Amino acid sequence: MSRVQTGLRYSEEHEWLDVEQSPAKVGVSAVAADALGDVVYLDLPEVGSEVTAGTTCGEIESTKSVSDLYSPVTGTIVEVNQEAIDNPALVNEDPYGAGWLFAVEVSAEGPLLSAEEYASKNGGEL
Amino acid sequence: MTTDTTAAPDTAPNSEKRTALYAQHQALGATFTDFGGWQMPLKYGSELAEHRAVREAAGLFDLSHMGEIWVAGPGAGAFLDYALVGKLSAIAVGKAKYSLICAEDGGIIDDLIVYRVAEEDYLVVPNAGNAPTVAAEFEARLAAFAAARGAEAGVTLRDASAETSLIAVQGPNAQDILLAIVPAEHADAVTGLKYYSAIELEAAGVPVLLARTGYTGEDGFELFVANGRAAELWAAVRAAGEGRGLVPCGLASRDSLRLEAGMPLYGNELSRDVTPFEAGLGGVVALKTKEGDFVGRSALQAKKDDGAGTTSGRRLVGLRGLGRRAARSHYQVLKDGQAIGEVTSGQPSPTLGYPVALAYVAVELSEVGTQLDVDLRGKTEPFEVVALPFYKREK
Repeated sequence: MSRVQTGLRYSEEHEWLDVEQSPAKVGVSAVAADALGDVVYLDLPEVGSEVTAGTTCGEIESTKSVSDLYSPVTGTIVEVNQEAIDNPALVNEDPYGAGWLFAVEVSAEGPLLSAEEYASKNGGEL
Repeated sequence: MTTDTTAAPDTAPNSEKRTALYAQHQALGATFTDFGGWQMPLKYGSELAEHRAVREAAGLFDLSHMGEIWVAGPGAGAFLDYALVGKLSAIAVGKAKYSLICAEDGGIIDDLIVYRVAEEDYLVVPNAGNAPTVAAEFEARLAAFAAARGAEAGVTLRDASAETSLIAVQGPNAQDILLAIVPAEHADAVTGLKYYSAIELEAAGVPVLLARTGYTGEDGFELFVANGRAAELWAAVRAAGEGRGLVPCGLASRDSLRLEAGMPLYGNELSRDVTPFEAGLGGVVALKTKEGDFVGRSALQAKKDDGAGTTSGRRLVGLRGLGRRAARSHYQVLKDGQAIGEVTSGQPSPTLGYPVALAYVAVELSEVGTQLDVDLRGKTEPFEVVALPFYKREK
Protein backbone atom coordinates (compact mmCIF):
# COMPACT_ATOMS: atom_id res chain seq x y z
CA MET A 1 0.00 0.00 0.00
CA SER A 2 1.21 3.48 -0.71
CA ARG A 3 2.02 5.38 2.44
CA VAL A 4 0.03 8.43 1.41
CA GLN A 5 -3.30 7.75 -0.24
CA THR A 6 -4.40 10.07 -3.05
CA GLY A 7 -7.88 11.60 -2.99
CA LEU A 8 -7.67 12.37 0.74
CA ARG A 9 -6.57 15.52 2.51
CA TYR A 10 -4.30 15.58 5.53
CA SER A 11 -3.62 17.61 8.64
CA GLU A 12 -0.12 18.57 9.76
CA GLU A 13 -0.73 16.20 12.67
CA HIS A 14 -1.10 13.20 10.30
CA GLU A 15 -4.88 12.75 10.33
CA TRP A 16 -6.60 12.15 7.01
CA LEU A 17 -10.01 13.50 6.03
CA ASP A 18 -12.26 11.98 3.38
CA VAL A 19 -15.12 14.31 2.42
CA GLU A 20 -16.13 12.12 -0.52
CA GLN A 21 -17.88 9.94 2.03
CA SER A 22 -20.96 11.29 3.76
CA PRO A 23 -20.57 11.86 6.60
CA ALA A 24 -16.87 12.65 6.26
CA LYS A 25 -14.45 10.12 7.72
CA VAL A 26 -11.25 10.70 9.66
CA GLY A 27 -8.31 8.41 10.33
CA VAL A 28 -4.54 8.55 10.70
CA SER A 29 -2.08 8.21 7.83
CA ALA A 30 0.04 5.14 7.17
CA VAL A 31 3.07 7.36 7.81
CA ALA A 32 1.76 7.98 11.33
CA ALA A 33 0.64 4.39 11.88
CA ASP A 34 4.13 3.14 10.99
CA ALA A 35 5.79 5.66 13.29
CA LEU A 36 3.49 4.78 16.18
CA GLY A 37 4.13 1.08 16.06
CA ASP A 38 1.43 -1.43 16.89
CA VAL A 39 -1.68 0.40 18.10
CA VAL A 40 -3.17 -1.24 21.18
CA TYR A 41 -5.77 1.24 22.43
CA LEU A 42 -7.97 3.97 20.99
CA ASP A 43 -9.67 6.70 22.98
CA LEU A 44 -12.10 8.27 20.48
CA PRO A 45 -14.55 11.14 20.96
CA GLU A 46 -18.12 10.17 21.84
CA VAL A 47 -20.91 10.17 19.30
CA GLY A 48 -22.77 13.47 19.55
CA SER A 49 -19.80 15.37 20.90
CA GLU A 50 -18.42 18.47 19.22
CA VAL A 51 -14.87 18.54 17.93
CA THR A 52 -12.84 21.58 16.94
CA ALA A 53 -10.33 21.66 14.10
CA GLY A 54 -6.74 21.57 15.33
CA THR A 55 -7.58 20.53 18.89
CA THR A 56 -7.21 17.18 20.60
CA CYS A 57 -10.20 14.87 20.57
CA GLY A 58 -8.74 11.59 21.72
CA GLU A 59 -5.65 9.44 22.11
CA ILE A 60 -3.95 6.66 20.25
CA GLU A 61 -1.87 4.32 22.35
CA SER A 62 0.69 1.98 20.83
CA THR A 63 3.07 -0.45 22.46
CA LYS A 64 5.71 2.27 22.64
CA SER A 65 3.87 5.54 22.89
CA VAL A 66 0.70 7.47 23.48
CA SER A 67 -0.27 10.21 21.03
CA ASP A 68 -2.92 12.88 20.96
CA LEU A 69 -5.46 12.59 18.23
CA TYR A 70 -6.36 15.93 16.63
CA SER A 71 -9.54 16.63 14.74
CA PRO A 72 -8.84 18.00 11.25
CA VAL A 73 -12.31 19.58 11.17
CA THR A 74 -14.89 21.29 13.37
CA GLY A 75 -18.22 19.49 13.66
CA THR A 76 -20.30 16.84 15.38
CA ILE A 77 -19.23 13.22 15.78
CA VAL A 78 -21.86 10.97 14.21
CA GLU A 79 -20.10 7.61 14.38
CA VAL A 80 -16.97 6.02 15.80
CA ASN A 81 -15.37 2.88 14.41
CA GLN A 82 -16.26 0.29 17.04
CA GLU A 83 -14.39 -2.41 15.11
CA ALA A 84 -11.18 -0.41 15.41
CA ILE A 85 -11.81 0.17 19.13
CA ASP A 86 -12.23 -3.58 19.58
CA ASN A 87 -9.28 -4.40 17.31
CA PRO A 88 -6.86 -1.45 17.24
CA ALA A 89 -4.47 -3.41 14.98
CA LEU A 90 -6.78 -2.33 12.12
CA VAL A 91 -5.15 1.10 12.34
CA ASN A 92 -1.82 -0.47 11.37
CA GLU A 93 -3.21 -3.00 8.92
CA ASP A 94 -5.52 -0.73 6.95
CA PRO A 95 -5.20 2.89 8.10
CA TYR A 96 -7.14 4.28 5.11
CA GLY A 97 -9.83 1.60 5.16
CA ALA A 98 -11.01 -0.62 8.00
CA GLY A 99 -8.82 1.36 10.40
CA TRP A 100 -10.77 4.63 10.05
CA LEU A 101 -11.48 6.33 13.40
CA PHE A 102 -14.59 8.49 13.35
CA ALA A 103 -17.22 10.05 11.09
CA VAL A 104 -18.10 13.68 11.52
CA GLU A 105 -20.74 16.13 10.33
CA VAL A 106 -18.40 18.91 9.20
CA SER A 107 -19.23 22.54 9.93
CA ALA A 108 -15.76 23.93 9.19
CA GLU A 109 -12.40 22.59 8.06
CA GLY A 110 -9.05 23.34 9.62
CA PRO A 111 -5.95 23.97 7.49
CA LEU A 112 -5.43 20.84 5.39
CA LEU A 113 -2.79 19.59 2.96
CA SER A 114 -3.34 17.85 -0.34
CA ALA A 115 -2.00 14.31 -0.61
CA GLU A 116 0.90 15.64 -2.70
CA GLU A 117 1.75 18.31 -0.14
CA TYR A 118 1.50 15.85 2.75
CA ALA A 119 3.63 13.29 0.94
CA SER A 120 6.37 15.79 0.13
CA LYS A 121 6.48 16.94 3.75
CA ASN A 122 6.77 13.41 5.08
CA GLY A 123 9.01 11.79 2.54
CA GLY A 124 6.09 9.55 1.74
CA GLU A 125 5.15 7.94 -1.53
CA LEU A 126 1.83 8.47 -3.24
CA MET B 1 -0.83 13.78 16.47
CA THR B 2 1.77 14.74 18.98
CA THR B 3 3.53 11.82 20.49
CA ASP B 4 4.79 11.02 23.95
CA THR B 5 7.15 8.13 23.43
CA THR B 6 9.42 5.94 25.45
CA ALA B 7 11.50 4.93 22.42
CA ALA B 8 10.89 7.36 19.62
CA PRO B 9 11.26 5.91 16.15
CA ASP B 10 13.94 7.76 14.25
CA THR B 11 13.44 7.60 10.51
CA ALA B 12 16.29 10.01 9.79
CA PRO B 13 19.48 8.17 10.70
CA ASN B 14 22.09 10.56 12.03
CA SER B 15 24.30 8.72 14.49
CA GLU B 16 27.60 7.43 13.23
CA LYS B 17 27.90 3.85 14.35
CA ARG B 18 26.48 0.94 12.39
CA THR B 19 26.86 -2.72 13.24
CA ALA B 20 28.41 -5.24 10.87
CA LEU B 21 24.85 -6.39 10.13
CA TYR B 22 23.46 -3.02 9.04
CA ALA B 23 23.03 -4.11 5.42
CA GLN B 24 21.10 -7.19 6.56
CA HIS B 25 18.72 -4.99 8.56
CA GLN B 26 18.24 -2.64 5.62
CA ALA B 27 17.48 -5.55 3.30
CA LEU B 28 14.87 -6.75 5.81
CA GLY B 29 13.19 -3.33 5.74
CA ALA B 30 14.05 -2.44 9.33
CA THR B 31 12.94 0.78 10.93
CA PHE B 32 16.07 2.13 12.62
CA THR B 33 16.46 3.96 15.90
CA ASP B 34 19.35 5.74 17.53
CA PHE B 35 20.31 3.78 20.63
CA GLY B 36 23.45 4.41 22.64
CA GLY B 37 25.02 6.16 19.65
CA TRP B 38 24.26 3.31 17.27
CA GLN B 39 21.82 2.92 14.42
CA MET B 40 19.90 -0.15 15.53
CA PRO B 41 16.84 -1.92 14.15
CA LEU B 42 13.79 -0.86 16.16
CA LYS B 43 11.54 -3.34 14.38
CA TYR B 44 11.32 -5.09 11.04
CA GLY B 45 7.54 -5.27 10.81
CA SER B 46 5.20 -5.47 13.76
CA GLU B 47 6.96 -5.29 17.13
CA LEU B 48 4.07 -7.23 18.66
CA ALA B 49 4.59 -10.08 16.19
CA GLU B 50 8.32 -10.03 17.04
CA HIS B 51 7.54 -10.12 20.76
CA ARG B 52 5.16 -13.07 20.34
CA ALA B 53 7.65 -14.95 18.16
CA VAL B 54 10.16 -14.90 21.03
CA ARG B 55 7.56 -16.12 23.54
CA GLU B 56 6.20 -18.83 21.24
CA ALA B 57 9.01 -19.83 18.85
CA ALA B 58 12.23 -17.83 18.43
CA GLY B 59 13.63 -14.40 17.72
CA LEU B 60 16.98 -13.27 16.29
CA PHE B 61 18.53 -10.03 17.59
CA ASP B 62 21.57 -8.02 16.55
CA LEU B 63 23.10 -6.78 19.82
CA SER B 64 26.43 -5.73 18.37
CA HIS B 65 26.07 -2.31 19.97
CA MET B 66 26.87 -3.90 23.35
CA GLY B 67 30.44 -3.48 24.57
CA GLU B 68 33.03 -6.24 25.00
CA ILE B 69 35.99 -5.62 27.31
CA TRP B 70 38.48 -8.42 27.95
CA VAL B 71 40.21 -8.49 31.31
CA ALA B 72 43.10 -10.95 31.34
CA GLY B 73 46.04 -12.01 33.44
CA PRO B 74 46.78 -13.53 36.85
CA GLY B 75 45.32 -10.46 38.59
CA ALA B 76 42.12 -10.32 36.51
CA GLY B 77 39.80 -11.77 39.13
CA ALA B 78 41.17 -9.61 41.94
CA PHE B 79 40.97 -6.53 39.72
CA LEU B 80 37.31 -7.18 38.87
CA ASP B 81 36.58 -7.70 42.57
CA TYR B 82 37.99 -4.20 43.11
CA ALA B 83 36.37 -2.54 40.07
CA LEU B 84 32.87 -4.07 40.37
CA VAL B 85 30.52 -4.66 43.30
CA GLY B 86 30.37 -8.46 42.96
CA LYS B 87 32.88 -11.20 43.73
CA LEU B 88 33.93 -12.07 40.22
CA SER B 89 37.02 -14.03 41.29
CA ALA B 90 34.58 -16.64 42.58
CA ILE B 91 33.00 -17.33 39.17
CA ALA B 92 33.86 -20.80 37.91
CA VAL B 93 35.49 -21.04 34.47
CA GLY B 94 32.71 -21.26 31.88
CA LYS B 95 30.19 -19.43 34.04
CA ALA B 96 28.84 -15.89 33.98
CA LYS B 97 27.61 -13.43 36.58
CA TYR B 98 25.43 -10.32 36.47
CA SER B 99 27.19 -7.39 38.15
CA LEU B 100 27.31 -3.62 38.55
CA ILE B 101 29.97 -0.97 38.33
CA CYS B 102 29.31 1.77 40.87
CA ALA B 103 30.80 5.19 41.48
CA GLU B 104 32.49 6.06 44.80
CA ASP B 105 29.13 7.44 46.01
CA GLY B 106 27.39 4.12 45.26
CA GLY B 107 25.53 5.35 42.17
CA ILE B 108 25.28 2.83 39.35
CA ILE B 109 27.55 3.56 36.36
CA ASP B 110 26.38 0.48 34.47
CA ASP B 111 25.02 -3.01 34.81
CA LEU B 112 26.95 -5.69 33.01
CA ILE B 113 27.54 -9.38 32.56
CA VAL B 114 30.94 -10.90 33.32
CA TYR B 115 31.90 -14.21 31.69
CA ARG B 116 34.89 -16.19 32.95
CA VAL B 117 36.01 -17.68 29.68
CA ALA B 118 39.27 -19.17 31.02
CA GLU B 119 41.15 -19.21 34.34
CA GLU B 120 42.72 -15.82 33.61
CA ASP B 121 40.33 -14.49 30.95
CA TYR B 122 37.18 -12.57 31.69
CA LEU B 123 34.81 -10.95 29.20
CA VAL B 124 32.87 -7.96 30.52
CA VAL B 125 29.79 -6.88 28.56
CA PRO B 126 28.56 -3.37 29.35
CA ASN B 127 25.66 -1.54 27.71
CA ALA B 128 26.28 0.19 24.38
CA GLY B 129 25.92 3.74 25.61
CA ASN B 130 28.07 3.09 28.67
CA ALA B 131 30.81 1.01 27.04
CA PRO B 132 33.27 3.91 26.56
CA THR B 133 32.66 5.08 30.16
CA VAL B 134 33.17 1.60 31.56
CA ALA B 135 36.37 1.16 29.52
CA ALA B 136 37.70 4.49 30.84
CA GLU B 137 36.70 3.59 34.42
CA PHE B 138 38.49 0.27 34.10
CA GLU B 139 41.69 2.04 33.01
CA ALA B 140 41.48 4.45 35.95
CA ARG B 141 40.61 1.70 38.43
CA LEU B 142 43.43 -0.47 37.14
CA ALA B 143 45.90 2.32 37.89
CA ALA B 144 44.54 2.64 41.44
CA PHE B 145 44.49 -1.15 41.84
CA ALA B 146 48.12 -1.45 40.77
CA ALA B 147 49.18 1.46 43.00
CA ALA B 148 47.50 -0.13 46.03
CA ARG B 149 49.27 -3.41 45.38
CA GLY B 150 52.60 -1.63 45.01
CA ALA B 151 53.51 -4.15 42.35
CA GLU B 152 52.56 -5.37 38.90
CA ALA B 153 48.79 -5.66 38.73
CA GLY B 154 49.04 -8.65 36.42
CA VAL B 155 46.07 -7.38 34.43
CA THR B 156 45.67 -6.39 30.80
CA LEU B 157 42.57 -4.66 29.48
CA ARG B 158 41.43 -4.91 25.88
CA ASP B 159 38.34 -3.10 24.61
CA ALA B 160 37.14 -5.31 21.76
CA SER B 161 33.79 -3.54 21.35
CA ALA B 162 34.59 -2.15 17.90
CA GLU B 163 35.59 -5.50 16.44
CA THR B 164 33.04 -7.79 18.11
CA SER B 165 29.49 -8.53 17.03
CA LEU B 166 26.84 -10.12 19.20
CA ILE B 167 23.70 -11.85 18.06
CA ALA B 168 21.05 -13.43 20.25
CA VAL B 169 18.71 -16.32 19.52
CA GLN B 170 15.92 -16.30 22.08
CA GLY B 171 12.80 -18.36 22.58
CA PRO B 172 11.62 -21.93 23.14
CA ASN B 173 13.01 -23.04 19.75
CA ALA B 174 16.41 -21.42 20.28
CA GLN B 175 18.14 -24.65 21.29
CA ASP B 176 16.86 -26.55 18.24
CA ILE B 177 18.13 -23.75 16.01
CA LEU B 178 21.58 -23.86 17.65
CA LEU B 179 21.70 -27.65 17.35
CA ALA B 180 21.12 -27.29 13.61
CA ILE B 181 24.29 -25.22 13.16
CA VAL B 182 26.81 -26.79 15.56
CA PRO B 183 28.79 -29.93 14.68
CA ALA B 184 27.24 -33.15 16.02
CA GLU B 185 30.09 -33.60 18.52
CA HIS B 186 29.13 -30.30 20.15
CA ALA B 187 25.42 -31.11 20.46
CA ASP B 188 25.79 -32.28 24.05
CA ALA B 189 27.73 -29.13 24.92
CA VAL B 190 24.80 -27.05 23.66
CA THR B 191 22.02 -29.06 25.31
CA GLY B 192 24.07 -29.29 28.51
CA LEU B 193 24.96 -25.61 28.60
CA LYS B 194 23.41 -24.18 31.75
CA TYR B 195 21.85 -20.74 32.15
CA TYR B 196 24.59 -18.12 32.66
CA SER B 197 27.25 -20.40 31.20
CA ALA B 198 29.37 -20.00 28.09
CA ILE B 199 31.54 -22.13 25.85
CA GLU B 200 33.80 -21.50 22.86
CA LEU B 201 32.87 -23.56 19.81
CA GLU B 202 32.14 -23.31 16.10
CA ALA B 203 28.63 -22.59 14.86
CA ALA B 204 28.10 -22.85 11.11
CA GLY B 205 31.89 -23.05 10.84
CA VAL B 206 32.30 -19.72 12.61
CA PRO B 207 34.22 -19.48 15.90
CA VAL B 208 31.88 -18.10 18.57
CA LEU B 209 31.62 -17.69 22.28
CA LEU B 210 28.22 -19.23 22.90
CA ALA B 211 26.49 -18.10 26.09
CA ARG B 212 23.17 -19.18 27.52
CA THR B 213 22.11 -15.70 28.52
CA GLY B 214 19.50 -13.24 27.41
CA TYR B 215 17.24 -10.35 28.18
CA THR B 216 13.86 -11.71 27.22
CA GLY B 217 12.70 -14.05 29.99
CA GLU B 218 12.96 -17.01 27.61
CA ASP B 219 15.53 -19.71 27.13
CA GLY B 220 18.10 -18.55 24.62
CA PHE B 221 21.64 -17.94 23.55
CA GLU B 222 23.96 -15.05 22.84
CA LEU B 223 26.77 -15.54 20.34
CA PHE B 224 29.88 -13.36 20.35
CA VAL B 225 31.55 -13.34 16.95
CA ALA B 226 34.20 -11.36 15.09
CA ASN B 227 32.68 -8.60 12.94
CA GLY B 228 34.06 -10.18 9.77
CA ARG B 229 32.11 -13.39 10.36
CA ALA B 230 28.89 -11.88 11.71
CA ALA B 231 26.97 -11.78 8.41
CA GLU B 232 27.80 -15.41 7.72
CA LEU B 233 26.62 -16.46 11.17
CA TRP B 234 23.46 -14.34 10.93
CA ALA B 235 22.58 -15.98 7.60
CA ALA B 236 23.23 -19.47 8.98
CA VAL B 237 21.01 -18.83 12.01
CA ARG B 238 18.25 -17.47 9.80
CA ALA B 239 18.47 -20.52 7.54
CA ALA B 240 18.35 -22.85 10.56
CA GLY B 241 15.37 -20.88 11.83
CA GLU B 242 13.29 -21.61 8.75
CA GLY B 243 10.45 -23.89 9.81
CA ARG B 244 11.23 -23.13 13.45
CA GLY B 245 9.38 -19.83 13.61
CA LEU B 246 12.51 -17.67 13.88
CA VAL B 247 11.79 -13.99 13.32
CA PRO B 248 14.32 -11.12 13.22
CA CYS B 249 13.52 -8.86 16.17
CA GLY B 250 14.32 -5.23 16.88
CA LEU B 251 14.91 -3.22 20.03
CA ALA B 252 11.19 -2.45 20.47
CA SER B 253 10.40 -6.09 21.18
CA ARG B 254 13.62 -6.48 23.17
CA ASP B 255 12.35 -3.73 25.46
CA SER B 256 8.85 -5.17 25.88
CA LEU B 257 10.27 -8.66 26.49
CA ARG B 258 12.72 -7.51 29.16
CA LEU B 259 10.02 -5.43 30.85
CA GLU B 260 7.70 -8.43 31.12
CA ALA B 261 10.64 -10.36 32.55
CA GLY B 262 11.10 -7.60 35.16
CA MET B 263 14.66 -6.84 34.05
CA PRO B 264 16.02 -3.32 34.55
CA LEU B 265 17.25 -1.16 31.67
CA TYR B 266 20.12 1.22 32.25
CA GLY B 267 18.90 4.77 31.68
CA ASN B 268 15.38 3.85 32.79
CA GLU B 269 15.59 1.92 36.06
CA LEU B 270 19.32 2.28 36.66
CA SER B 271 21.40 5.45 36.72
CA ARG B 272 24.10 7.29 38.62
CA ASP B 273 21.34 8.60 40.90
CA VAL B 274 20.28 5.13 41.95
CA THR B 275 22.02 2.71 44.32
CA PRO B 276 21.74 -1.06 43.92
CA PHE B 277 19.63 -1.36 47.08
CA GLU B 278 16.90 0.91 45.75
CA ALA B 279 16.90 -1.02 42.47
CA GLY B 280 16.37 -4.32 44.30
CA LEU B 281 19.89 -5.40 43.35
CA GLY B 282 21.37 -5.46 46.86
CA GLY B 283 22.14 -9.13 46.40
CA VAL B 284 24.61 -8.26 43.66
CA VAL B 285 26.71 -6.22 46.12
CA ALA B 286 29.19 -8.52 47.87
CA LEU B 287 29.68 -6.53 51.08
CA LYS B 288 29.93 -9.68 53.17
CA THR B 289 31.83 -12.05 50.92
CA LYS B 290 34.51 -9.64 49.70
CA GLU B 291 37.17 -8.82 52.25
CA GLY B 292 39.09 -6.28 50.22
CA ASP B 293 38.12 -2.78 49.27
CA PHE B 294 36.18 -2.10 46.11
CA VAL B 295 35.06 1.13 44.45
CA GLY B 296 31.94 2.39 46.18
CA ARG B 297 32.27 0.08 49.17
CA SER B 298 32.06 2.61 52.00
CA ALA B 299 29.15 4.50 50.41
CA LEU B 300 27.28 1.27 49.72
CA GLN B 301 27.87 0.02 53.28
CA ALA B 302 26.47 3.28 54.62
CA LYS B 303 23.42 3.07 52.32
CA LYS B 304 22.80 -0.49 53.42
CA ASP B 305 23.13 0.49 57.09
CA ASP B 306 20.61 3.28 56.44
CA GLY B 307 18.15 0.70 55.14
CA ALA B 308 18.10 2.22 51.65
CA GLY B 309 15.45 0.46 49.58
CA THR B 310 14.18 -1.58 52.51
CA THR B 311 13.22 0.77 55.35
CA SER B 312 14.10 4.17 53.94
CA GLY B 313 13.89 6.04 50.67
CA ARG B 314 12.44 4.48 47.55
CA ARG B 315 12.32 1.08 45.97
CA LEU B 316 11.82 -0.29 42.48
CA VAL B 317 8.51 -2.16 42.18
CA GLY B 318 6.36 -3.77 39.55
CA LEU B 319 2.97 -2.20 38.86
CA ARG B 320 0.01 -3.82 37.19
CA GLY B 321 -2.52 -1.51 35.57
CA LEU B 322 -6.09 -2.25 36.60
CA GLY B 323 -7.46 -0.21 33.67
CA ARG B 324 -6.53 -0.44 30.01
CA ARG B 325 -4.20 2.53 29.87
CA ALA B 326 -0.45 2.07 30.18
CA ALA B 327 1.86 4.12 32.38
CA ARG B 328 4.95 5.47 30.66
CA SER B 329 8.41 6.52 31.76
CA HIS B 330 8.43 9.66 33.97
CA TYR B 331 4.71 9.54 34.81
CA GLN B 332 4.05 10.29 38.47
CA VAL B 333 2.85 7.63 40.88
CA LEU B 334 0.28 8.88 43.39
CA LYS B 335 -1.22 7.77 46.69
CA ASP B 336 -4.32 9.69 47.77
CA GLY B 337 -3.40 12.38 45.24
CA GLN B 338 0.13 12.87 46.61
CA ALA B 339 3.16 12.13 44.42
CA ILE B 340 5.04 9.21 45.99
CA GLY B 341 7.07 7.95 43.05
CA GLU B 342 7.81 7.85 39.35
CA VAL B 343 7.40 5.32 36.56
CA THR B 344 10.66 4.30 34.86
CA SER B 345 9.31 1.94 32.16
CA GLY B 346 5.81 0.98 31.16
CA GLN B 347 3.67 -0.33 28.37
CA PRO B 348 0.82 -2.71 27.64
CA SER B 349 2.12 -6.25 28.16
CA PRO B 350 1.65 -8.17 24.91
CA THR B 351 1.80 -11.53 26.68
CA LEU B 352 -0.32 -10.73 29.74
CA GLY B 353 -2.83 -8.40 28.14
CA TYR B 354 -2.72 -5.69 30.80
CA PRO B 355 -0.47 -2.67 31.38
CA VAL B 356 2.75 -3.28 33.30
CA ALA B 357 5.27 -0.79 34.62
CA LEU B 358 8.38 -0.49 36.73
CA ALA B 359 8.43 2.44 39.14
CA TYR B 360 10.32 3.84 42.07
CA VAL B 361 7.95 4.36 45.01
CA ALA B 362 8.39 5.25 48.67
CA VAL B 363 9.42 2.05 50.51
CA GLU B 364 6.40 2.20 52.84
CA LEU B 365 4.18 1.86 49.75
CA SER B 366 6.21 -0.87 48.04
CA GLU B 367 4.45 -3.93 49.51
CA VAL B 368 2.85 -6.30 47.01
CA GLY B 369 -0.88 -5.57 46.89
CA THR B 370 -0.57 -1.84 47.61
CA GLN B 371 -3.10 0.15 45.57
CA LEU B 372 -1.62 3.21 43.88
CA ASP B 373 -2.57 5.56 41.05
CA VAL B 374 -0.57 6.78 38.10
CA ASP B 375 -1.12 10.18 36.52
CA LEU B 376 -1.62 9.37 32.83
CA ARG B 377 -1.34 12.75 31.22
CA GLY B 378 -3.79 14.39 33.60
CA LYS B 379 -6.09 11.42 34.22
CA THR B 380 -5.38 9.01 37.04
CA GLU B 381 -5.67 5.25 36.62
CA PRO B 382 -5.42 2.63 39.36
CA PHE B 383 -2.36 0.38 39.55
CA GLU B 384 -1.39 -2.32 42.03
CA VAL B 385 2.06 -3.29 43.27
CA VAL B 386 2.78 -6.85 42.09
CA ALA B 387 5.70 -9.25 42.49
CA LEU B 388 8.37 -9.33 39.78
CA PRO B 389 8.81 -10.71 37.23
CA PHE B 390 5.48 -9.98 35.54
CA TYR B 391 6.05 -12.93 33.22
CA LYS B 392 7.86 -16.17 33.99
CA ARG B 393 8.19 -18.89 31.41
CA GLU B 394 7.02 -22.41 32.18
CA LYS B 395 10.02 -24.69 32.42
